[in-house]
Formats: sequence, structure tokens, C-alpha cells
Amino acid sequence: MLLIQVVLIVAVLGVGALLMRSSAGERHQAIRRLLLGLLCVLAVASILAPGVVTVVAQAFGVGRGTDLLLYGLVIAFLGALVSTYRRQRALESRLTDLTRRLALDEAEAPVVARARQDARD
Amino acid sequence: MPHDVERPSLGPTRPGDGHPETWVVIPLFREEAAIEAVLDELRGHFTHIVCVDDGSPDASAARAEAAGATVVRHGVNLGQGAALQTGIAYALRDPEMRSVVTFDADGQHCATDASAMVDQLERDGLDVVFGSRFLDDRTELDRLRRMVLRLATLYTNTTTGMPLTDAHNGLRVLSRQAASTIRLRHDRMAHASEIVQQVGRSDLRWAEHPVEIRYTDYSRSKGQSLLNSVNILVDTLLG
Repeated sequence: MLLIQVVLIVAVLGVGALLMRSSAGERHQAIRRLLLGLLCVLAVASILAPGVVTVVAQAFGVGRGTDLLLYGLVIAFLGALVSTYRRQRALESRLTDLTRRLALDEAEAPVVARARQDARD
Repeated sequence: MPHDVERPSLGPTRPGDGHPETWVVIPLFREEAAIEAVLDELRGHFTHIVCVDDGSPDASAARAEAAGATVVRHGVNLGQGAALQTGIAYALRDPEMRSVVTFDADGQHCATDASAMVDQLERDGLDVVFGSRFLDDRTELDRLRRMVLRLATLYTNTTTGMPLTDAHNGLRVLSRQAASTIRLRHDRMAHASEIVQQVGRSDLRWAEHPVEIRYTDYSRSKGQSLLNSVNILVDTLLG
């Protein structure tokens, strides 16, 4: 296996694991932004000078610059997917807590309910 | 909290006394056709029943209330796991509660099974009694459903280390201790494995009890589609 293949696979798994662990931390947010920045630089460079990106890619053993860009994009996409999922879960859990709190506070108190249901029998 | 109620002594309650220290928790969503019959059947065995209406657009909540149950209302639909957790939290607000029964609203569970499970919990000093449809031959299952349930059980047993025979049964009894230990974070259907997992990690004492699942055309039409087990698996894996 080519070295670049190993590096890219490790990166995919690494980003996945990082984002899986927690999405709330500032460190993770910073890392996400750095990676996104890197991808932007790579994208801009490939637009301005496709040849340079190809040279860089070939230095890593990847055939074309566009391929290198594609790999970066795949990593970024997967990362964004996982991070969105995590954030949505966090938001849902806050909505759940809020709804539960409202539901319980508005409900007939258990002691009152107990007395009423006892009286029914 | 002061109260002048005469507390019965600890230990098994008499059969047919309405299990005064038990709350039956029923997650309720779009079951207006079934809920009254379910509550009627439960009334023969249990006095204290709370339905957690999970934002039903139909008359489910009104019918449950008319039938005498307490109704706790979620303003928006959250899912069965969230409704169960709300019901458990409600029961925990009652200082006299000693156990919680989780019971489905579609009529697939039998009140007599639930009553026997509460007796077992009290008699054997347990914290959790799981219902299992595979411990006797009362439940009629088609082969596909049996296979999927067996696979789900195998998966849950492997990941939690709990040797259950039926991991996705909605009929359970929890002691007060278990009710305050368990904290459901999965709002939708993955809560069944979640309960098993949390019981496995704790030192709660548990047992299984044979129950019958009544597969009627109605419960089949309302029940989980088998495809939904894919969603449950993904929810469980992604945390």
C-alpha cells in the first residue's frame, strides 16, 4: 500500500473518531475549522495553479491534483456528516429535556392523581 | 415529607389489591382505537396509571383521561423512549411509589402478566423484571419476526453481556431503585437495548418472566416494521 493511502485512511478514521467523541468542545471546533481552512487553501491553489497541486499530489504518490482534492473533500464531508449528526442529537436532547419538564410541571401531581384514582375504585 | 398514610409493611402485596405502590407507565401515541380497552383491562389489576401522550394528533389523550388515567402531555412528538422516561420521572415524583410497570398502549400486553411480574419483583426482592415472549409458547410469531427478534436479542446480549431471551419486549417492571438508576437518552426506539445495557452495567438484580404478546391485526398494523430494526441498530451504534 502506498504511504499516501495509509495517511489518508488514518486521516479519515482519525477525523471520524475525533468528531464522534464529542462535538461540543472548543478544541474539536478549532480542529474542524483548521481542516476546513486547509481544504479551502488546497481548493484555491488547484484553481489558480492546477499544475502545482498535481506536483504536490505526485510528491505524495497520488496521480493527479484533483484526486488529492477529492480525498480531502471526502474526509471533510464525512466529518461534517458526523458532526451534524452529533449536534442534532445534542439539540434533540435539549428539546426532550425542555418538553419533559413542561409536561411534568403541567400534569396533575402524582399525589393528587393517586388520591383521585384511589377514590375511583 | 410528612404523610399520615398507613404504610403497608414491606414485602409482597396481596393479589388483587390494585398494587397501590405501583405506577403503570404507558407511552401513548395515536392509539385512540385501543387505549380504552387497554386501560379497562389494567384497571382490574392496577389502580395507578399514567399515560404519557407523545403529542398525539388524535383523541388518544382525551380517551385516556376519560377512562380515568392521569395524562402527562408532551407538547411535541419525541418518541417512545422519551415518553417512557417522562413516565418514569413522573412516577419518581410520587414518594410512595415502589415499582413502575412499562406497558404498551396497543393492547399487545396482558395485564395479568404485568401483575404477576410485580408480585415476582416484590417476592424475590428484584430491581428489574423483563417480560419475555420466548419463555413459554403462548405467543404466536411468524418466522421472519421470530428471526429478527432472535437476531436483535443476540446483538443486545453480545453487546451488553446480559443473557436475556427477549431483548425487545416493552413489558417490564422496575423497582424504585431501578427507575432512578435508568436514564434513557435514546428518544426513539433504541431504548429497549438501552435499558438492558444500563441494567447490565449496574448492580441491579433482575429476572425474566414469561409473557404473552398478542399479535392482532391491529397491533401488527401499528407495530414496528421490521425495517425499523435497521434504524434501531444505527441509533444504538452511533450513540
